Amino acid sequence: MKKIYPNATAALDGLLHDGILMAAGGFGLCGIPELLIDAVVESGVKDLTIASNNCGVDGFGLGKLLDTHQIKKMMSSYVGENDEFMRQYLAEELEIEFNPQGTLAERMRAGGCGIPGFYTKTGVGTVIADGKEHKDFPTGENGAAETYIMEEGIFADLAIVKAWKADETGNLVFRKTARNFNPPAAMCGKTCVVEVEEIVPTGSLDPDKIHLPGIYVHRLIQGEHEKRIEQRTVRERS
Amino acid sequence: MAWDRNQMAERAAAELDDGMYVNLGIGIPTLVANYVGDKDITLQSENGMLGMGPFPYAGDEDPDLINAGKQTITELNRTAYFDSSQSFGMIRGGKIAAAILGAMEVDEKGDLANWMIPGKLIKGMGGAMDLVAGVGRVIVVMDHTNKHGVSKLLKECTLPLTGKGVVDRIITNLGVLDVVDGGLKIVECADGVTEDELRAATEATIV
Repeated sequence: MKKIYPNATAALDGLLHDGILMAAGGFGLCGIPELLIDAVVESGVKDLTIASNNCGVDGFGLGKLLDTHQIKKMMSSYVGENDEFMRQYLAEELEIEFNPQGTLAERMRAGGCGIPGFYTKTGVGTVIADGKEHKDFPTGENGAAETYIMEEGIFADLAIVKAWKADETGNLVFRKTARNFNPPAAMCGKTCVVEVEEIVPTGSLDPDKIHLPGIYVHRLIQGEHEKRIEQRTVRERS
Repeated sequence: MAWDRNQMAERAAAELDDGMYVNLGIGIPTLVANYVGDKDITLQSENGMLGMGPFPYAGDEDPDLINAGKQTITELNRTAYFDSSQSFGMIRGGKIAAAILGAMEVDEKGDLANWMIPGKLIKGMGGAMDLVAGVGRVIVVMDHTNKHGVSKLLKECTLPLTGKGVVDRIITNLGVLDVVDGGLKIVECADGVTEDELRAATEATIV
């Protein structure tokens, strides 16, 4: 079981093909797989469908893949921080499938758990429900019927994920709110490649404090991260 | 006379009780945190955190610690972190007592529109649809009218919906209204606002 690769390009070798569905972790620019994104840019692979909550910002994160026109379609909940995204979308060079944020996260988790569909109240009565199966369940007060829509699990060809630390077997620990979409994205990938700030010797992580077990992790790299801040907000010292 | 942004936030804070887990939206709802006083309120940030603290001092910003508006924040001694699927699991599962959020339009059936305007750039709904469908109580804080004086409390929303029949209470610069059978019910008027003025500024049916 050798999971550790020397760099992002080596870790993605043989996994990138035109037209694949790729899940990516991160929320805004927090906890994004910066190094793997750069390697996907360098590979020149195209027509990607990417399931990711956001699409980076102009020139950073997944925004880099927009500049090189490698993305065919995004499955996201919010894409407001990116002018090039809007330009390509309005020019019909890019498709977008909006997903409510929790629905997107659960679609990833479900795919990773072998669940092809689930019912949710989120989006009932909105454009998100158009064309989806509706079903009533007796979940209301005194068993009253409530309407749900079916959402499908995401089964991605590849997941790219960022964690804080890993051991050599791929057990992962995340840090603060950089965890976000990374665990569900990792779970839904047929193959999951993870970048971390530090790979520590197996046995040095507390088994009770593993956030994502290594069974979900196929390939692993360690590297330096820029970790850009999107909205630096501070308070005055009183 | 009417309430300003801070007074609206202060009024919204009065909706919160000791022990509540609450999600605050962007804009005026964010100001609600300034007015909870001694009440034991735990704030949820839907990117994966319970127990959200204030903004950091300059130099203490941590790129791994942001809120759902992508702003740098701090943690508290009660803070817990989790992933996005668990975060929305607690939202969808009804564990969050209340969400306080902004709106473009609300109607007398409790329909809410706050995520897109046709013909304008669509940025996405983020977590708003999940929140309004899942939390125990949805409290909207918004201006009563647009800049042309036209009511934003309508008989029927004109914009694409965020949720259908989801709003429980509306707090505006002119007063507080509840969504009830048949329309909106006036709970109170803002300082210096008469019930007649509030009715005149409202398109929705007032019962």
